[in-house]
Amino acid sequence: MEFDFIRLGLGRWLHIGAGVMWIGLLYYFNFVNAAAAKAAAADGSAAGISKHVMPRALLFFRWAAVVTWLAGAMLLGSHLPDAFLFQNRLYAPIGVGAWLGTIMLFNVWMLIWPNQKKILGIVPASDEAKNKARRTAFLASRVNTMLSLPMLFFMSASGGLFRTALF
Amino acid sequence: MKNPLDSLWGTVISGVVLTAVLYLVVKTLIGA
Repeated sequence: MEFDFIRLGLGRWLHIGAGVMWIGLLYYFNFVNAAAAKAAAADGSAAGISKHVMPRALLFFRWAAVVTWLAGAMLLGSHLPDAFLFQNRLYAPIGVGAWLGTIMLFNVWMLIWPNQKKILGIVPASDEAKNKARRTAFLASRVNTMLSLPMLFFMSASGGLFRTALF
Repeated sequence: MKNPLDSLWGTVISGVVLTAVLYLVVKTLIGA
């Protein structure tokens, strides 16, 4: 009972809370910051965003992604293979959500963060490398925004809509 | 052809279309 409270109660709370922070910051980057950074670059005021906003936002963004994934894996528990390997068709809806979230986590750590480090000057890079990094990070972030829609659908609808009643 | 991900609305519409496609695939898969 206590283990269920920790895993399914606190675990779900943590999963949703960290997920709100992760996807909230993703939407901030895409819906607000991309256009704001372009406008700031045009009037010469972009330095403040790059120096003070982006490093902090990316810190919470990338670690919230890790916490979200780990809490999700804890929620699945022994059903992790059922979901990820589609071994049990009842777990297919949450499995699709879990795969989309996993691809998004990969994009955060393997594409967005390494390229943002070059853009923000955290690691040295030539102007050409920075331009390439800007495009790669932008597209990876847009891919994650696109994937977040089905991911959130399968996370929230897997219990009710598909009538599996497992989540 | 322009990359739909270059525009915010193109990204959102792509996400909605992908959601619909995956929904139909999963629904068929589980026979719901």
